[in-house]
Amino acid sequence: MIAGLAFYFFAFILIAAAVMVVTARNPVHSVIWLIAAFFNAAALFLIAGAEFLAMILVIVYVGAVAVLFLFVVMMLDVDFAQLREGVQRYAPIGAVVGGILFLELLLVLSVWRFAPDAAALRMAPMPEGVTNTEAIGRILYTDHIYLFQISGLILLVAMIGAIVLTLRDRPGTKRQDVGAQIARSSAVAMARPELGEGIRREDILRPLPPPAKEAPKPVTHEGGHH
Amino acid sequence: MLDIGLAHYLVVSAILFVLGVFGIFMNRKNVIVILMSVELILLSVNLNLVAFSAQLGDLTGQVFAMFILTVAAAEAAIGLAIVVIYFRNRGSIEVEDISTLKG
Repeated sequence: MIAGLAFYFFAFILIAAAVMVVTARNPVHSVIWLIAAFFNAAALFLIAGAEFLAMILVIVYVGAVAVLFLFVVMMLDVDFAQLREGVQRYAPIGAVVGGILFLELLLVLSVWRFAPDAAALRMAPMPEGVTNTEAIGRILYTDHIYLFQISGLILLVAMIGAIVLTLRDRPGTKRQDVGAQIARSSAVAMARPELGEGIRREDILRPLPPPAKEAPKPVTHEGGHH
Repeated sequence: MLDIGLAHYLVVSAILFVLGVFGIFMNRKNVIVILMSVELILLSVNLNLVAFSAQLGDLTGQVFAMFILTVAAAEAAIGLAIVVIYFRNRGSIEVEDISTLKG
Protein backbone atom coordinates (compact mmCIF):
# COMPACT_ATOMS: atom_id res chain seq x y z
CA MET A 1 0.00 0.00 0.00
CA ILE A 2 2.61 2.50 1.13
CA ALA A 3 5.05 1.14 -1.43
CA GLY A 4 2.41 1.49 -4.14
CA LEU A 5 1.69 5.11 -3.26
CA ALA A 6 5.40 5.85 -3.06
CA PHE A 7 5.92 4.24 -6.45
CA TYR A 8 3.29 6.44 -8.09
CA PHE A 9 4.65 9.51 -6.36
CA PHE A 10 8.25 8.96 -7.43
CA ALA A 11 7.32 7.75 -10.90
CA PHE A 12 5.21 10.85 -11.50
CA ILE A 13 8.01 13.18 -10.40
CA LEU A 14 10.51 11.19 -12.46
CA ILE A 15 8.48 11.58 -15.63
CA ALA A 16 7.71 15.22 -14.96
CA ALA A 17 11.42 15.89 -14.39
CA ALA A 18 12.29 14.07 -17.61
CA VAL A 19 9.78 16.21 -19.51
CA MET A 20 11.38 19.31 -18.05
CA VAL A 21 14.86 18.07 -19.01
CA VAL A 22 13.98 17.91 -22.68
CA THR A 23 11.80 21.03 -22.81
CA ALA A 24 13.56 23.50 -20.52
CA ARG A 25 14.76 26.63 -22.27
CA ASN A 26 17.89 27.02 -20.19
CA PRO A 27 20.31 24.06 -20.19
CA VAL A 28 21.23 24.81 -16.58
CA HIS A 29 17.62 24.14 -15.66
CA SER A 30 17.81 20.96 -17.74
CA VAL A 31 20.72 19.74 -15.65
CA ILE A 32 18.90 20.53 -12.41
CA TRP A 33 15.85 18.61 -13.59
CA LEU A 34 18.14 15.76 -14.63
CA ILE A 35 19.42 15.61 -11.07
CA ALA A 36 15.83 15.47 -9.82
CA ALA A 37 15.11 12.65 -12.26
CA PHE A 38 18.12 10.69 -11.01
CA PHE A 39 17.03 11.06 -7.40
CA ASN A 40 13.56 9.79 -8.17
CA ALA A 41 14.91 6.93 -10.23
CA ALA A 42 17.05 5.99 -7.24
CA ALA A 43 13.89 5.96 -5.13
CA LEU A 44 12.26 3.62 -7.64
CA PHE A 45 15.31 1.36 -7.43
CA LEU A 46 14.90 1.33 -3.67
CA ILE A 47 11.26 0.28 -3.99
CA ALA A 48 12.33 -2.52 -6.33
CA GLY A 49 14.81 -3.70 -3.70
CA ALA A 50 18.05 -2.69 -5.41
CA GLU A 51 19.55 -0.62 -2.62
CA PHE A 52 23.13 -0.77 -3.80
CA LEU A 53 22.29 0.43 -7.29
CA ALA A 54 20.16 3.21 -5.86
CA MET A 55 23.08 4.52 -3.84
CA ILE A 56 25.44 4.10 -6.79
CA LEU A 57 23.00 6.05 -8.92
CA VAL A 58 22.97 8.92 -6.47
CA ILE A 59 26.74 8.93 -6.03
CA VAL A 60 27.83 8.40 -9.62
CA TYR A 61 25.10 10.16 -11.54
CA VAL A 62 24.19 13.01 -9.24
CA GLY A 63 27.63 13.40 -7.73
CA ALA A 64 29.73 13.05 -10.84
CA VAL A 65 27.93 13.03 -14.15
CA ALA A 66 25.34 15.71 -13.43
CA VAL A 67 27.95 17.98 -11.87
CA LEU A 68 30.14 17.43 -14.93
CA PHE A 69 27.22 18.51 -17.11
CA LEU A 70 26.69 21.53 -14.91
CA PHE A 71 30.35 22.54 -15.18
CA VAL A 72 30.37 22.23 -18.95
CA VAL A 73 27.08 24.08 -19.40
CA MET A 74 28.25 26.95 -17.26
CA MET A 75 31.76 26.99 -18.74
CA LEU A 76 30.70 27.29 -22.36
CA ASP A 77 29.70 30.77 -23.36
CA VAL A 78 27.00 29.73 -25.79
CA ASP A 79 23.94 31.63 -26.90
CA PHE A 80 21.44 29.00 -25.88
CA ALA A 81 18.46 30.94 -27.16
CA GLN A 82 19.91 30.72 -30.64
CA LEU A 83 20.30 26.97 -30.26
CA ARG A 84 16.57 26.60 -29.69
CA GLU A 85 15.60 28.12 -32.99
CA GLY A 86 14.40 25.02 -34.78
CA VAL A 87 12.46 23.57 -31.86
CA GLN A 88 9.04 24.31 -33.32
CA ARG A 89 10.10 22.63 -36.54
CA TYR A 90 11.60 19.54 -34.93
CA ALA A 91 9.10 18.95 -32.12
CA PRO A 92 6.33 17.43 -34.32
CA ILE A 93 8.80 15.00 -35.89
CA GLY A 94 10.03 14.01 -32.47
CA ALA A 95 6.48 13.62 -31.20
CA VAL A 96 5.54 11.38 -34.13
CA VAL A 97 8.63 9.20 -33.77
CA GLY A 98 8.24 9.06 -30.00
CA GLY A 99 4.55 8.22 -30.27
CA ILE A 100 5.19 5.39 -32.70
CA LEU A 101 7.96 4.06 -30.48
CA PHE A 102 5.72 4.24 -27.41
CA LEU A 103 2.89 2.41 -29.19
CA GLU A 104 5.31 -0.31 -30.24
CA LEU A 105 6.62 -0.66 -26.73
CA LEU A 106 3.06 -0.91 -25.38
CA LEU A 107 2.26 -3.57 -28.01
CA VAL A 108 5.25 -5.58 -26.89
CA LEU A 109 4.27 -5.08 -23.27
CA SER A 110 0.72 -6.29 -23.80
CA VAL A 111 1.54 -9.64 -25.39
CA TRP A 112 4.84 -10.39 -23.71
CA ARG A 113 5.17 -13.05 -21.00
CA PHE A 114 7.91 -14.94 -19.18
CA ALA A 115 9.18 -18.21 -20.59
CA PRO A 116 7.79 -21.17 -18.59
CA ASP A 117 11.26 -22.21 -17.43
CA ALA A 118 12.48 -18.68 -16.75
CA ALA A 119 12.93 -19.39 -13.05
CA ALA A 120 15.18 -22.34 -13.84
CA LEU A 121 17.30 -20.28 -16.25
CA ARG A 122 18.37 -17.66 -13.73
CA MET A 123 22.10 -17.03 -13.69
CA ALA A 124 22.41 -15.82 -10.11
CA PRO A 125 19.33 -16.35 -7.94
CA MET A 126 19.12 -13.96 -5.00
CA PRO A 127 20.46 -15.70 -1.90
CA GLU A 128 18.28 -15.73 1.20
CA GLY A 129 19.19 -13.77 4.30
CA VAL A 130 21.86 -11.65 2.60
CA THR A 131 21.67 -7.94 1.97
CA ASN A 132 21.50 -6.71 -1.57
CA THR A 133 24.97 -5.16 -1.46
CA GLU A 134 26.60 -8.31 -0.15
CA ALA A 135 24.80 -10.47 -2.68
CA ILE A 136 25.99 -8.26 -5.53
CA GLY A 137 29.51 -8.30 -4.16
CA ARG A 138 29.49 -12.06 -3.99
CA ILE A 139 28.82 -12.48 -7.69
CA LEU A 140 30.49 -9.32 -8.96
CA TYR A 141 33.96 -10.28 -7.73
CA THR A 142 33.67 -13.94 -8.64
CA ASP A 143 31.47 -14.72 -11.61
CA HIS A 144 31.82 -11.35 -13.29
CA ILE A 145 35.38 -10.49 -12.38
CA TYR A 146 36.52 -10.08 -15.99
CA LEU A 147 33.63 -7.75 -16.77
CA PHE A 148 34.47 -5.83 -13.63
CA GLN A 149 38.09 -5.42 -14.69
CA ILE A 150 37.07 -4.42 -18.20
CA SER A 151 34.74 -1.76 -16.86
CA GLY A 152 37.60 -0.39 -14.80
CA LEU A 153 39.70 -0.32 -17.96
CA ILE A 154 36.92 1.54 -19.77
CA LEU A 155 36.91 4.17 -17.05
CA LEU A 156 40.70 4.49 -17.25
CA VAL A 157 40.61 4.92 -21.02
CA ALA A 158 37.81 7.46 -20.70
CA MET A 159 39.76 9.40 -18.10
CA ILE A 160 42.96 9.48 -20.16
CA GLY A 161 40.99 10.29 -23.28
CA ALA A 162 39.20 13.21 -21.68
CA ILE A 163 42.48 14.58 -20.33
CA VAL A 164 44.29 14.20 -23.65
CA LEU A 165 41.41 15.79 -25.54
CA THR A 166 41.11 18.86 -23.40
CA LEU A 167 44.79 19.42 -22.58
CA ARG A 168 46.30 22.38 -24.36
CA ASP A 169 49.34 24.56 -23.91
CA ARG A 170 48.42 28.18 -24.09
CA PRO A 171 50.92 30.49 -25.75
CA GLY A 172 52.18 33.26 -23.54
CA THR A 173 52.19 31.45 -20.24
CA LYS A 174 55.46 31.43 -18.33
CA ARG A 175 56.70 28.03 -17.34
CA GLN A 176 59.92 26.67 -15.94
CA ASP A 177 62.21 25.66 -18.79
CA VAL A 178 64.40 22.98 -17.28
CA GLY A 179 66.52 22.52 -20.41
CA ALA A 180 67.40 26.20 -20.59
CA GLN A 181 68.30 26.24 -16.93
CA ILE A 182 70.67 23.32 -17.24
CA ALA A 183 72.26 24.60 -20.45
CA ARG A 184 73.00 27.97 -18.91
CA SER A 185 76.54 29.19 -19.69
CA SER A 186 78.97 30.20 -16.98
CA ALA A 187 78.82 33.85 -18.05
CA VAL A 188 76.03 34.23 -15.59
CA ALA A 189 77.34 33.16 -12.24
CA MET A 190 75.69 32.74 -8.95
CA ALA A 191 76.98 35.23 -6.41
CA ARG A 192 77.65 34.07 -2.91
CA PRO A 193 77.61 37.15 -0.68
CA GLU A 194 78.95 37.23 2.82
CA LEU A 195 76.41 37.10 5.54
CA GLY A 196 75.36 40.53 6.71
CA GLU A 197 77.31 42.35 4.00
CA GLY A 198 75.05 41.98 1.10
CA ILE A 199 76.09 41.68 -2.47
CA ARG A 200 78.69 43.94 -4.02
CA ARG A 201 77.40 46.52 -6.36
CA GLU A 202 79.28 45.30 -9.45
CA ASP A 203 77.84 41.85 -9.16
CA ILE A 204 74.41 42.89 -10.17
CA LEU A 205 73.25 44.78 -13.13
CA ARG A 206 71.21 47.65 -11.84
CA PRO A 207 69.17 49.93 -13.98
CA LEU A 208 70.55 53.43 -14.19
CA PRO A 209 69.09 55.75 -11.60
CA PRO A 210 66.39 57.95 -13.07
CA PRO A 211 67.60 61.43 -14.07
CA ALA A 212 67.12 64.01 -11.43
CA LYS A 213 64.04 66.05 -12.06
CA GLU A 214 64.29 69.77 -12.15
CA ALA A 215 62.85 71.38 -9.17
CA PRO A 216 59.49 72.92 -9.96
CA LYS A 217 59.57 76.61 -10.50
CA PRO A 218 58.66 78.39 -7.34
CA VAL A 219 55.47 80.37 -7.74
CA THR A 220 55.92 83.99 -7.06
CA HIS A 221 53.20 86.23 -5.93
CA GLU A 222 54.87 89.53 -6.54
CA GLY A 223 52.07 91.16 -8.41
CA GLY A 224 49.60 90.68 -5.68
CA HIS A 225 46.26 89.16 -6.53
CA HIS A 226 45.40 88.68 -10.17
CA MET B 1 -3.91 -0.84 -8.60
CA LEU B 2 -1.63 -0.16 -5.67
CA ASP B 3 0.05 -3.51 -6.02
CA ILE B 4 3.25 -2.67 -7.82
CA GLY B 5 4.35 -5.25 -10.34
CA LEU B 6 6.67 -5.56 -13.29
CA ALA B 7 4.23 -3.85 -15.67
CA HIS B 8 4.31 -0.60 -13.72
CA TYR B 9 8.08 -0.40 -13.95
CA LEU B 10 8.03 -1.27 -17.63
CA VAL B 11 5.52 1.47 -18.41
CA VAL B 12 7.51 4.09 -16.51
CA SER B 13 10.67 2.93 -18.23
CA ALA B 14 8.99 3.05 -21.65
CA ILE B 15 7.77 6.60 -21.02
CA LEU B 16 11.26 7.63 -19.94
CA PHE B 17 12.80 6.04 -23.03
CA VAL B 18 10.35 7.77 -25.35
CA LEU B 19 11.00 11.09 -23.62
CA GLY B 20 14.71 10.62 -24.22
CA VAL B 21 14.17 9.92 -27.90
CA PHE B 22 11.83 12.90 -28.13
CA GLY B 23 14.47 15.07 -26.48
CA ILE B 24 17.06 14.05 -29.07
CA PHE B 25 14.71 15.04 -31.87
CA MET B 26 13.54 18.23 -30.25
CA ASN B 27 16.91 19.69 -29.25
CA ARG B 28 18.65 18.83 -32.47
CA LYS B 29 21.00 21.77 -32.26
CA ASN B 30 22.14 21.53 -28.67
CA VAL B 31 24.66 18.77 -28.11
CA ILE B 32 24.54 19.07 -24.33
CA VAL B 33 20.81 18.46 -24.12
CA ILE B 34 21.21 15.56 -26.54
CA LEU B 35 23.78 14.03 -24.18
CA MET B 36 21.33 14.52 -21.32
CA SER B 37 18.64 12.77 -23.33
CA VAL B 38 21.01 9.86 -23.87
CA GLU B 39 21.49 9.73 -20.11
CA LEU B 40 17.70 9.55 -19.71
CA ILE B 41 17.53 6.66 -22.17
CA LEU B 42 20.26 4.79 -20.31
CA LEU B 43 18.41 5.43 -17.06
CA SER B 44 15.26 3.88 -18.49
CA VAL B 45 17.24 0.84 -19.57
CA ASN B 46 18.61 0.54 -16.05
CA LEU B 47 15.10 0.77 -14.65
CA ASN B 48 14.06 -2.08 -16.92
CA LEU B 49 16.96 -4.23 -15.83
CA VAL B 50 16.35 -3.61 -12.16
CA ALA B 51 12.63 -4.31 -12.50
CA PHE B 52 13.25 -7.62 -14.23
CA SER B 53 15.94 -8.47 -11.71
CA ALA B 54 13.54 -7.86 -8.83
CA GLN B 55 10.74 -9.78 -10.50
CA LEU B 56 12.81 -12.84 -11.37
CA GLY B 57 14.97 -12.80 -8.27
CA ASP B 58 18.05 -12.82 -10.46
CA LEU B 59 20.95 -10.57 -9.45
CA THR B 60 22.59 -10.58 -12.87
CA GLY B 61 20.31 -7.78 -13.98
CA GLN B 62 21.60 -5.50 -11.26
CA VAL B 63 25.21 -6.33 -12.07
CA PHE B 64 24.50 -5.53 -15.70
CA ALA B 65 22.87 -2.25 -14.70
CA MET B 66 26.04 -1.37 -12.83
CA PHE B 67 28.14 -1.93 -15.94
CA ILE B 68 25.74 0.25 -17.90
CA LEU B 69 26.24 2.94 -15.27
CA THR B 70 30.01 2.66 -15.75
CA VAL B 71 29.81 2.95 -19.50
CA ALA B 72 27.37 5.86 -19.23
CA ALA B 73 29.77 7.75 -16.98
CA ALA B 74 32.65 7.15 -19.41
CA GLU B 75 30.47 8.21 -22.33
CA ALA B 76 29.43 11.41 -20.61
CA ALA B 77 33.02 12.30 -19.78
CA ILE B 78 34.28 11.73 -23.32
CA GLY B 79 31.28 13.40 -24.91
CA LEU B 80 31.59 16.50 -22.80
CA ALA B 81 35.35 16.64 -23.47
CA ILE B 82 34.63 16.57 -27.20
CA VAL B 83 32.02 19.30 -26.77
CA VAL B 84 34.53 21.45 -24.90
CA ILE B 85 37.28 21.16 -27.51
CA TYR B 86 34.77 21.64 -30.30
CA PHE B 87 33.55 24.81 -28.66
CA ARG B 88 37.14 25.96 -28.19
CA ASN B 89 37.85 25.54 -31.88
CA ARG B 90 34.60 26.79 -33.38
CA GLY B 91 32.89 28.89 -30.77
CA SER B 92 29.62 27.04 -31.18
CA ILE B 93 28.13 23.69 -30.27
CA GLU B 94 25.63 23.36 -33.08
CA VAL B 95 25.25 19.79 -34.23
CA GLU B 96 24.87 20.81 -37.84
CA ASP B 97 28.33 22.35 -37.87
CA ILE B 98 29.86 19.15 -36.56
CA SER B 99 29.17 17.44 -39.87
CA THR B 100 32.17 19.35 -41.17
CA LEU B 101 34.47 17.24 -39.01
CA LYS B 102 35.66 15.16 -41.94
CA GLY B 103 38.98 13.48 -41.45
